[in-house]
Amino acid sequence: MAESAATIVSITGLVKQFGRFAALRNVAAEFLPQRMYAILGDNGAGKTTLLRSLAGLVQPTRGSIKILGGTPREVCADLGYMAHPTLLYDEMSGMENLRYFAKLYGISDEVRCADLIRAVKLDPELSRPVGQYSQGMRQRMSLARALLNNPKILLLDEPFSNVDMRSAREMVELLSRLRGEGKTIFIVTHQASLLEGVADEFVWMDSGRIVARTRTFDEGLSRD
Amino acid sequence: MTKAFITPSGITRATLIKDLRLEWRSKDAINAMLFFALLVVVIFSFSFDPTAEESRHIAGGLIWVAFLFAAVVALNQTWARELRNQVLDAYRVSPAPPNALFMAKTLGNFIFVSVLEALMAPLFVIFYNLRVIGSFPQLLLLTLLGTWALVVNGTFFAAMSLRTRSREIMLPLLLFPISIPAIIGMVNGTTAILTGEDSALFWLVLLATYDLVFTTGSLLLFPTVLHAE
Repeated sequence: MAESAATIVSITGLVKQFGRFAALRNVAAEFLPQRMYAILGDNGAGKTTLLRSLAGLVQPTRGSIKILGGTPREVCADLGYMAHPTLLYDEMSGMENLRYFAKLYGISDEVRCADLIRAVKLDPELSRPVGQYSQGMRQRMSLARALLNNPKILLLDEPFSNVDMRSAREMVELLSRLRGEGKTIFIVTHQASLLEGVADEFVWMDSGRIVARTRTFDEGLSRD
Repeated sequence: MTKAFITPSGITRATLIKDLRLEWRSKDAINAMLFFALLVVVIFSFSFDPTAEESRHIAGGLIWVAFLFAAVVALNQTWARELRNQVLDAYRVSPAPPNALFMAKTLGNFIFVSVLEALMAPLFVIFYNLRVIGSFPQLLLLTLLGTWALVVNGTFFAAMSLRTRSREIMLPLLLFPISIPAIIGMVNGTTAILTGEDSALFWLVLLATYDLVFTTGSLLLFPTVLHAE
């Protein structure tokens, strides 16, 4: 597949095997900038492996990934990754966590850390350790961490799981705003209805392959 | 947004402070190490009941065996903390250099084990009726070099065994055999200084060389270990 000039992410013949199990089978796709992509599929379809490959956490068995013209490791400063686990230290407060992770990106701006915590509707003054937060609060703090480096591309794995409906809608609004500011967003989720009318494209995966790309959620459901 | 250059020393410092803060709050490693080392001292003391002269000859071995086994507890804890909530992935996706993380972890472990040694040393003196006949500054230098040898290898092999199923078992299996030259240096050097019978210079040079070789090797290999799946 030829890489077009506007493409921000280009995946070619991507195969990922864990022993004899193929988690990704010859995935090829191109993604445009400033779009929100919802990646859907049953458990074991390869969604998380695809996202981890884009984040550079999983090395392809075959094939390649080009993001902003480089490999995921080369452009890691432009990526924001939110995993299913929080990637936060339970024993530290939200602000302490963000302050530490900011330093990994060479950022020493406390105001930015506090602003991000407020952006996900939490209180930067909260001194409680993250381990005592509710699951929904942890998810939102995890999103704040992923946004620390003001990434061009956001990779989010199940950002709405265990989040109440109101908070989930607030997160969707925030993500929609970030897309409007020029970010490209990939969201792996089982709660696709939340992204109906918001996501630009729904990417359907099955057995390690991308089997369909639709403009609406319903269109994807009624395929075949 | 105030953006600064990413300096390895800055990230090492930030990670070290974070680790010290986490340890201060949980006291996981230091409590387990102290308890373990204390048990070894007491059990050995009652098992052998040596005279002061005998103590000087066997104390080198006893001290370092106690510290080695106790250090393994701390070494396992350091990385276990990074596995909870998969926090290590946050480091792996960042542009922070892997060796900054390795140096922070090694320095952290060095501080923990040094604190343990400082707390346990008076107990060794009391239980084994010890008196340093040789040079005290040499003993201090040997302790620093020996401790660094333990923690630099221990931190590296603990990271290597991180993704194995039974990492608590894997760490001593990997660490102890490779530490044998260092342990020989620590034990013989300590005995030489405590008894004042031989010069410890050879053992000091051996430990310094060992530290240099294994610190360089660990720094070269750690990026591969960190990004391994």
